[in-house]
Parts: sequence; structure tokens; C-alpha cells
Amino acid sequence: MSRRAPWVLVVPALVAFAFLVLPVAGLLYRAPWSTLGTRLGRPEILEALRLSVICATLATVFCLIVGVPLAWVLARVSFPGRRLVRALVTVPLVLPPVVGGVALLLALGRNGLVGRWLDRWFGLTLPFTTPGVVLAEAFVALPFLVISVEGALRAADLRYEDAAATLGASRWTTFRRVTLPLIAPGIGAGAVLCWARALGEFGATITFAGNYPGRTQTMPLAVYLALETDPQAAIVLSLVLLAVSVLVLAGLRGRWLS
Amino acid sequence: MIDAHLVVRHPAFTLDMELRIAEGEVVALLGPNGAGKSTALRSLAGLVPLSAGHIRVAAEEWHDRPADRRPVGMVFQDYLLFPHLSALDNVAFGPRCQGVRKREARRLAAEWLDRVGLTDQAGQRPRTLSGGQAQRVALARALAVRPRLLLLDEPLSALDVDTRREIRAGLRRHLAAFDGASLLVTHDPLDAMALADRLIVIENGRVVQEGAPAHVARHPRTEYVARLVGLNLYRGLADGHDVTLDRLTLNVAESLSGEVFLAFRPSAVALFRTRPDGSPRNLWEATIGGIEPHGDQVRVHLDGPMPASADITPAALAELGLADGDSVWAAVKATETHAYPA
Repeated sequence: MSRRAPWVLVVPALVAFAFLVLPVAGLLYRAPWSTLGTRLGRPEILEALRLSVICATLATVFCLIVGVPLAWVLARVSFPGRRLVRALVTVPLVLPPVVGGVALLLALGRNGLVGRWLDRWFGLTLPFTTPGVVLAEAFVALPFLVISVEGALRAADLRYEDAAATLGASRWTTFRRVTLPLIAPGIGAGAVLCWARALGEFGATITFAGNYPGRTQTMPLAVYLALETDPQAAIVLSLVLLAVSVLVLAGLRGRWLS
Repeated sequence: MIDAHLVVRHPAFTLDMELRIAEGEVVALLGPNGAGKSTALRSLAGLVPLSAGHIRVAAEEWHDRPADRRPVGMVFQDYLLFPHLSALDNVAFGPRCQGVRKREARRLAAEWLDRVGLTDQAGQRPRTLSGGQAQRVALARALAVRPRLLLLDEPLSALDVDTRREIRAGLRRHLAAFDGASLLVTHDPLDAMALADRLIVIENGRVVQEGAPAHVARHPRTEYVARLVGLNLYRGLADGHDVTLDRLTLNVAESLSGEVFLAFRPSAVALFRTRPDGSPRNLWEATIGGIEPHGDQVRVHLDGPMPASADITPAALAELGLADGDSVWAAVKATETHAYPA
């Protein structure tokens, strides 16, 4: 016979569960279901959704292009200061996103460390533009991808790379034809997490890219703004984000986590 | 011709061995776990750097080349077939890396799969192959790069007994057809005897014995080798047909003098409850340290002045009524006791 779970553990567990589920239930309960269709069709909502999806996708692509190599270096190349580099990579995970936005402004703003030269040499201005949104989102989301891919690389059997080497494969060929396919599930999971994080990004985006409808106003920003002027719209927007999150979670569980 | 002096220093142990393998020759590297067999193999492949020494193949220096620039083929213990590629693409992988065009590489791979009898499995992923099939794909993949040196790391150890017999026969044919040098790591004496032209035994990173399989089997020089080939082995001083061990002098077939090894088969030992009449020359009193089944025989471990194993029939065991701790008389005929210089 299985032993009974002690109530000192069961009660707080139930509280925790309720605490997580109740707000979502409240959102569903207060949703203006009757007018949902027309509200979803409103151009400003569609515009914010379109911008969010495009920016999150571009941010994810950027993270994949630079994050997978970074994860490979962290997992496969031993160099002095590797632990420090890994610690620095995870900073955006714990950094308040607003601080990230301020830091991005200081680095890439018109008078920033790098931004000054971008402006002077290329006439490139990043803050308060759509590329700025992509950068802010990538800054916050990149660690998710790097950590996920590095974990996959560490878990992958190194001896497959040995086997490839004995067959005459250079390190680049080995990476492309053996390592990458082996860790594809890890990259997929990392990309989904990265995309979800980018989609929900608020603090760094509003600080670095501002809140211009059609240009830098993504869904989370629109939700925040709507809460002041049109709470019903805020609920509808939140529902859309919730639906996307649930889809992501379902996709992750079904394909990679189980 | 492979000419190598492999020195690999680990914190735990040092491998230091000379190795020469002729073209077409198959050498088996035997040794207990942790003796350095796999390290030797991996250092030849370039997967472990040499701390010192050299690897020369024909006139080429290999030791400072990375693994992907050494013409070796390696069959790994659990094959390591790439799980995301079909059997055909696994075999085509090597030729592709050598710059062969895709179509030509696949044609070569199909030829190799045909040679190992797996044409029908060409399109299958490794996880759907049986152990024996995976082993053959791994062999085809290693041979498809046209290596000068073929390395096999415990190639049969992952297989069950029946498959093993069949695959061993196939492997023997492919090794015979291969014109380069082959080095096979194993801890199974049967594989070594069946497949190799020459055995090298290493213990603690050093070569302890080397020679033709039959010679090594008859004349073991260490405890490990003696156990491997199933002989009782001792070291003693010979004076004519007499060999003096620690606490016993035995009569042997050969006449020698000086330091010798003395060996006899466990089945040559006869056991008696009481001191036998006619007193054979090689007779001693022993205590039974253990009894266990051994094939269709029973192996009796003897403690006493000369620890030994004796194989007797179950019927003899019942007749003698032996049990652990009993005291018995053991005898070996001089004609069954062999000595050779140490």
C-alpha cells in the first residue's frame, strides 16, 4: 500500500498550484468572448501581433546564427577563462530586462560605446527602431538558446565525433554532418524557448526601442498600454499571448521534452 | 609496415610499447581491463596524443598528424554508427570526407555493403539493424576509406554467442582480404586465436608477451596469460628434468637448467582421497579452496604448497566426495608437465 502524503507538503503544494492557475483562469473568465472576433480583427492588434511574430522570429534566427557557435565553443574548446565567459553569457537571465535595455542604450545608442561609430561610419541608428526591437529581444533570449544547446552538446556522445575524425572528417565537417544532426532536438528546444522569451519581451524593448505603434510596439507593450485606456483590449491581447505560450509548451512537450 | 613506439602518460598509468605490424598481418592486442589496449589503439588513430615515441607508416610520419589526416579505419566497440544516417550513408561518409563526389561515394558504399552481405539493409537506420548487421556496417565503413591500418576495438564483444561465431568467421575472411595492417584489441582469447597471426599481450601498459597464437597458448609467461589459455603456471629453477618451485620439486618432460616456467593443464591433474600407491613422481597434498562447474567438467581450486586448478568429471567428484576445505592428494604425470626457459 502506498503511504499517505503528509498534509504539510500537500497543502502548500495546492496553494502553489492555485497561485499559478488562478490568474490564468481569471483571464479566461473575464475575457469578452462575445466580441472577441471583432476585437482580434482590429488593425492595431493585428499590427502588434505581426510585429511581435516578425521580431521574435528574426531575434531567434540571430540567436541561432551566433548562439550555436557560442555554445559549441563553450562545450568543446577549453580556453582560460571559460567559466567566466559562461557566467557572463548567463547574465541576461538574471539581469532585470529594463537594466538590459539601459545597458543596450549605453552600448548601441547614438552616443553609446559602439553606437557612436555605427552612426558615424554607417549612418546606422538602432534605438527606437524595429531592428532595435530585434536586438533587445535577442539580448534577453540568447542565453536560453546557448544554455539549451550547450547542454545538448555536453550530453551528446563525443565518440561519434571521434568516429567521424577517423573517417577523415575535419572539425567543421564533423560539426556540420555529425554534431549538428545529433543535437538537433536540443537546438529545436532552445530555439522554441528563445522565441517564446523574445515574444514576451517587455522591459528591454520599451527601454531600448520605445513604444511606437507599427514600428516598435510589440504585443506585450500593446497590452501594457491598453490596460490604461481599454482594459478589454488588454485582456484580448493577453489571451492571444497565452494561446501562443500554450502552443509552444505543447510543442515542446510533445517533441522534445518527453 | 607500421613501426610505432607508443608512449602515453596518464596520471593513473603509462603506456609504453613498441609495435610493428607488416602489411597484411593481423595482430591481436590482448590484456586485462585497464592494461592500455584501447589507449594504444586510440593513439594510433590520433584520438589520443602521444606523450613521446613515434608512429611511422611506410616512410610517413603519422604521430604529428591529426586523426582526420591519418589513413586509418577504426571499428569501435559499440560501432558508433551515425544514428541519423542510413547504413549506406554511414559507409559513404568516409569517401565523402576524402572528396569523392556524392554519387560515386554512394556507389562505393553500396559495393562495400554488398561485400559484407547487407545490400538489403542499405536504406535502414542503424537503430533498426541487429547487432551483427551493425558490426558489419561498421567494418564496411572502416574499410571504405581504404585505410593503411585497420583498428578494431573489441569488435565482437557486444554480440551474443551465436552471432559472435558467425560474425567472427566473416571478420576472418575480410581481414584476410585486407592488404593493410590490422590491429585488433580484445580480451577474448578465442577471438585472438581465431583472427590473429600474432598476439601481443600487454599488462600495466607494457608488453609482457608476444608471439604466434599457438606458441603463446602453450608457453604463457604471466599469470594473466596462463589464466587466459587455461594453464597452471609456475616459475622455478630447473636442473635436468627436475624443477624446484617454492616448496616443491616436480619432474618435467623437458631437460633444462636455470630459470624456467612450468605449466600443466588443469585436466592433467588427478585427485586422490588418500596417498596413491605406486607414488607418482609429481605428488603433493593440497586443501580444496573452491569447486565450480567448468564446461562439462568440474574445476577444483587447490590451495597448499602449490596453488593449482584441477579439472575432473562430475562423476569423479561424486565418487571422491570432495567438499571445500577437504584435504586431498594431487598428482600430475611428468609427461604432462612442461617447462620452458623464463
